[in-house]
Amino acid sequence: MSEVRLMKGNEAAAEAAIRAGCDCYFGYPITPQSEIIEYLSDQGRKRGMIVMQVESEVAAINMIYGAAGAGARAMSSSSSPGISLMQEGISYIACAELPCLLININRGGPGLGTIQPSQGDYFQSVKGGGHGDYHLIVLAPASVQEMADFVFLGFDLADKYRNPVLILADGALGQMMERVEFKEYNISEHKLPKPWATTGKTPDREPNVITSLHIQSEEMEKINLRLQQKYRTIEQNEVRYELLNTDDAEYLFVAFGLSARICQKAMDIARNENIKVGLLRPITLYPYPYKILNQMASKIKGVLVVEMNAGQMIEDVKLGVEGKVPVDFYGRMGGIVPTPEEIVSKLKDLIQKTSK
Amino acid sequence: MLNRDDLMLEEMEIVWEKPETLTDVKMHYCPGCGHGVIHKILMEVVQELNIQDKTIGVAPVGCSVLAYHYMNIDMQEAAHGRATAVATGIKRFLPDKLVFTYQGDGDLAAIGTAETIHACNRGENFLIIFINNAIYGMTGGQMAPTSILGMVTSTTPEGREISTQGYPFKITEVVAQLPGTYYVTRQSVHNANAVRHFKKAVEKAFKYQMEKKGTCLIEIVSNCPSGWKMTPVQANKWLEENMFPYFPPGDLKVDGKLVEKKSQPQK
Repeated sequence: MSEVRLMKGNEAAAEAAIRAGCDCYFGYPITPQSEIIEYLSDQGRKRGMIVMQVESEVAAINMIYGAAGAGARAMSSSSSPGISLMQEGISYIACAELPCLLININRGGPGLGTIQPSQGDYFQSVKGGGHGDYHLIVLAPASVQEMADFVFLGFDLADKYRNPVLILADGALGQMMERVEFKEYNISEHKLPKPWATTGKTPDREPNVITSLHIQSEEMEKINLRLQQKYRTIEQNEVRYELLNTDDAEYLFVAFGLSARICQKAMDIARNENIKVGLLRPITLYPYPYKILNQMASKIKGVLVVEMNAGQMIEDVKLGVEGKVPVDFYGRMGGIVPTPEEIVSKLKDLIQKTSK
Repeated sequence: MLNRDDLMLEEMEIVWEKPETLTDVKMHYCPGCGHGVIHKILMEVVQELNIQDKTIGVAPVGCSVLAYHYMNIDMQEAAHGRATAVATGIKRFLPDKLVFTYQGDGDLAAIGTAETIHACNRGENFLIIFINNAIYGMTGGQMAPTSILGMVTSTTPEGREISTQGYPFKITEVVAQLPGTYYVTRQSVHNANAVRHFKKAVEKAFKYQMEKKGTCLIEIVSNCPSGWKMTPVQANKWLEENMFPYFPPGDLKVDGKLVEKKSQPQK
């Protein structure tokens, strides 16, 4: 049976974690995501979760390593500076192939920055973040509904691929309230057996070891190749995106998360002025929807990438477009959210440029 | 048909057998190093208490990073300094399992100080095995937080001195002060008598964990013949003469209470 609630994005994610059978949460408060640990400290504990506020994000991510390695559905959340602190641990988790879910409620940086919404952690999220060759599966919600939905999806993908999953949202999505529907989710149907977990060696099996250490180069390369093989499979199977008004589109907005929501409004304004613009919203930032972008690029005159940063995802857009049409950029930084009018104005510049 | 080995064994009484909790892998430790003895004693206790199927170990970064090659139990390899955080994750999720960390001085008392202190302060119900040999063995003999004053290492070529490197860190004394710790003791394995004492301490610590008493920490004042550039015999003598005055062996906390008088250095 489903249930409809009015919630903040952060609360919706926390409620979803409980319903998704998350066993353990370890975290450290940081604005603008502290509602997650607060909600779980109350509701999560009451409903049987292990919820701990610990000494640092460094400790939290290593507790995730331990719990996930012991077979738990484990999760942490933070905002940009805290996620930076976790990067070493995330690299270890990726190499040891431990499933877990992380949420970054992105705020403006660099440094201590601001507590206002930003998408400045795109590179950190999809291009590594920590050391070595690895990928997180990165999901970018654009509504409170997706803040909840992607928690369920994230845990399932993490278990399926034994890979950390990151939900990259921003301060606005974390704080804003919307209607959210929780559909029925049968935990036992979704939790996969974890015969590799360290649960105590029984006589019928060899010891289970969770490690990211492979001192022999040949052995380490084998691990790397196996990881790369997994990433190719993920790229094959898990690309997700949304297309809006693209059938007749001559121009295309490409934006994720909150920027995509604003682009929808910009699209309405532009369409009222008979500008045929559509929207491609990447939902998975890794794996990235290069293919559809490439197909779209053959049918349109230009692309406007809109981000709340200095231009990060635009690099992936250009890789997808392969130079077929001009790719322009509009972004705001420092926690400032672009207005639909600014975006339309930038779109008109692009139209003028491409009509010459 | 019997071979030569069988014939020889037939006439001998078996006084010690390698426990099933140790693998057949040859250890990589240097001759005279304490790690081999400490591994062996730990795994003997796991075998004797019949807790192999319940025990989960956490290996550190340091010379014992490959401890899981030798211990025939489920193990996790932690990032440098984070063993007690990893152990917290395991133990909180599986509270009925028996969890221990195995950490060196750099891991536990330098890069992992925050995790160590907070795990002890929460009274995490696991065992911390802390090997203090006053040097970074794995990276080639640099200063450790526990290097004693005047000690020459590759990063203190003139000897450790206070104005630059500060004091040797008595972290065991620090965690003994925390209400979360139940049993805190300083041991060694440099002679047979010390090994016997250490084994008793490990047995007690596992028993306390089964009784959910809180954090137990066993420091082992150990050696590093290679890093100290000594023979094993010289190293053990140096340990007694130079380490024990600063890190005196004995119990610091028993049954959750601080021990007033520390026992004398073992001869």
